[in-house]
Amino acid sequence: MRELNAVGAIAARDLLKFTRDPGRLVAAVVFPFVMISMLGGTLQLNLGKSAGINFIAFTFTGFLGMTLFQSTAQGLTSLMDDRQNDFAQELFISPVSRYSIVLGKILGETMVAVIQVLPMVVLAFVLRVPLTATHVALLVPVALLACFMGGAFGLLLLNTMSDSRASNQIFNFVFLPQYFLAGLIAPINALPWYLALASLISPMRYVIDLVRGVVFSDSSDARLVLATPATNVAVLLLMFAVFMIAGTALFVRRETNR
Amino acid sequence: MATPAIEVRDLVKRYRKGTTNAVDGISFTVEPGQFFALLGPNGAGKTTTIAILTTTLSPTSGTVRISGHDVVSEASLVRRQVGIIFQNPSLDMNLTGEENVRIHAILYNLYPFRPFYWLMPGAYRRQLRELADVVGLGADVFKPVKRLSGGMQRKLEIIRGLMHHPRVLFLDEPTSGLDTVSRRNLWQYIGELRRRHDITICLTTHQLNEAEKADQVCILDHGHVVAIGAPRDVKTELGHERLVIDANDRAALRRRLVEINVPFSEDGHFVIALDGRTAHEVVRAIDEPLTLLRTESPTLEDAYLRILAAGDA
Repeated sequence: MRELNAVGAIAARDLLKFTRDPGRLVAAVVFPFVMISMLGGTLQLNLGKSAGINFIAFTFTGFLGMTLFQSTAQGLTSLMDDRQNDFAQELFISPVSRYSIVLGKILGETMVAVIQVLPMVVLAFVLRVPLTATHVALLVPVALLACFMGGAFGLLLLNTMSDSRASNQIFNFVFLPQYFLAGLIAPINALPWYLALASLISPMRYVIDLVRGVVFSDSSDARLVLATPATNVAVLLLMFAVFMIAGTALFVRRETNR
Repeated sequence: MATPAIEVRDLVKRYRKGTTNAVDGISFTVEPGQFFALLGPNGAGKTTTIAILTTTLSPTSGTVRISGHDVVSEASLVRRQVGIIFQNPSLDMNLTGEENVRIHAILYNLYPFRPFYWLMPGAYRRQLRELADVVGLGADVFKPVKRLSGGMQRKLEIIRGLMHHPRVLFLDEPTSGLDTVSRRNLWQYIGELRRRHDITICLTTHQLNEAEKADQVCILDHGHVVAIGAPRDVKTELGHERLVIDANDRAALRRRLVEINVPFSEDGHFVIALDGRTAHEVVRAIDEPLTLLRTESPTLEDAYLRILAAGDA
C-alpha cells in the first residue's frame, strides 16, 4: 500500500505540473491541428488520389502514436530537471522503492500524454478520419502500451544525459530520425536496406504501426501496416522489459554512485 | 547497551572526478536521543557526510550504520529511520507549498494519497496548520512556491522535514535565511520533538551558538575530524575561564596580584586566566575595593576558530 500511495503521489505531481503549464496545454491543441490538417491535408490533396492513400488518416495515426510515445519519453527527462532543481533529493531520501519512483513518473507522464492526444482524437472525427467507437476502445490499451514504451525508452535515454541541455540535444538526435524510420509522415513499406535495418530498431515504428493496425484494420489502407498487431505488441513488450530493467538499474546506480 | 543512532567507521568519500578525498577516514558514534552537531568551514565534508548518512550518496569505503542498519546494504530500512532538512532548496516550484508537503507526507506513508487538500484526513490538515504556525508561514503555505520569498521557502522545507517524526533527524544548516523569531520558534519546536519522541538530531550549521546546546560536537576540516566531544570539553581543551577585574586604585590592585602570585594581563582591565583556581579564591585574596568583577567563559566559536587556526598552521 505504501508503494501504491507513493506511485499515486508521484504520478499526480506530473499531472498537476502539466495542468499548470499553459504553454504545454496550448501546444496540445495547436500542434495536432497544424500537423494533421495542414500536413495531412496537403499530402491528401496532392498525393492522396494518385497513391490511393487516406493521408489524413495516415498522418493522424502517425502523430497519435508519436505523441503518446514521445511525450512520455520526454516527460521522464523531468527526472533530470528534478535532479538539477534538487527535488530529486526529496524523492531519493524517501523510503520509497526506486522502481516506484520510476513507475510513478511513467504513470504520470502517461496520463499527461493521453490528455494531450484527446484534442487530436476530436479533430480526427472533425476531419472525417474513419474512426469508429470500436477503434477508440481498442486504442485505449494501445495508448497505454505506447506510453509505457515511451517511458521505458525515456528512462534509458536519461542515463546518457549529464544535464537538461544535453537532454534536448539527445532528443533531437534520437527522435528526429525516428520520424522517418517509423513512417510518421510517409509510408515505409519500401526502404533501402540500411534504412530498413535502422527502422527495425526504432521503438517508435512499432508504436505507430500498432496504432495503424487498429485504425486501418478494416480499410484499404491496411496494406500500409507493416506487421500484425500481435507481432507489434510482442516486440513492444520485449523492448519495454529490456529498457525498463536496464534503465532503472542504470538510473539507481548513477544516482547513488556520484 | 543501546544500538547507536549513528555509527561511522573510517568513512572515506572521493567523488568520481575528485582528486582528493572529500571525506577522509572519519569515525564517530552518536547515541540515541543525542543532539549531535557536525561543524566545519565550507568544503570540510559536512554535506558529503550527511548525504552518505542519508543514503543519497554511496561511500567510497568505510561503514556507516543508522540505528544498526547499514546505509549501503539496508538503504531502504535506513530511509524509514531518517528525515532531513536540506541545505539546498529541494522544493517543486511548480506546486504550492501545501502540495509539496502533501507529496512528502504520502511518500513517507503518513497519510493515504488524495489528489486534493480538502480530501486529505483532518489529522493531516491539523498537523500542517500547526507546523505552518510554528515556523510563522501561516496561510502562505497554500501559495505557489515560486511566489514565496527565499526565507518562506526555507520555512516550507522545515515544515516538510518535520511532518514525519523520524528517529534521526538531519538538519543541514536549517536556519539559514530565517529571521530571529522563526529561528527561535524552530529550535523550541525541535526541542519539544526531542523531549516527546526521543529523536536523535544531527545538525550541521555555521551558527555556532546553535551547537552550544549539543551533547556532542564534531569539527571537520579538509575531510578529517579535528575535534570531537561535548562542547564543554572541546572548549576547556583550548581555553579556561577568565576573571576580569578592575579597581579605582589600579596600582594597588596590580601590587596585590603580584603579591598573591596570580598571573595576569592588562587589556584595558586586569585579565586573570583561572587555570585551576576558582574566581572565589582569587577575589577573597584581594582587599582593594573592586569596580569591575566578571568571569568569561570561552565560547564554542572561540574554540572552533582556534582549532581551525591550529589546523592551518
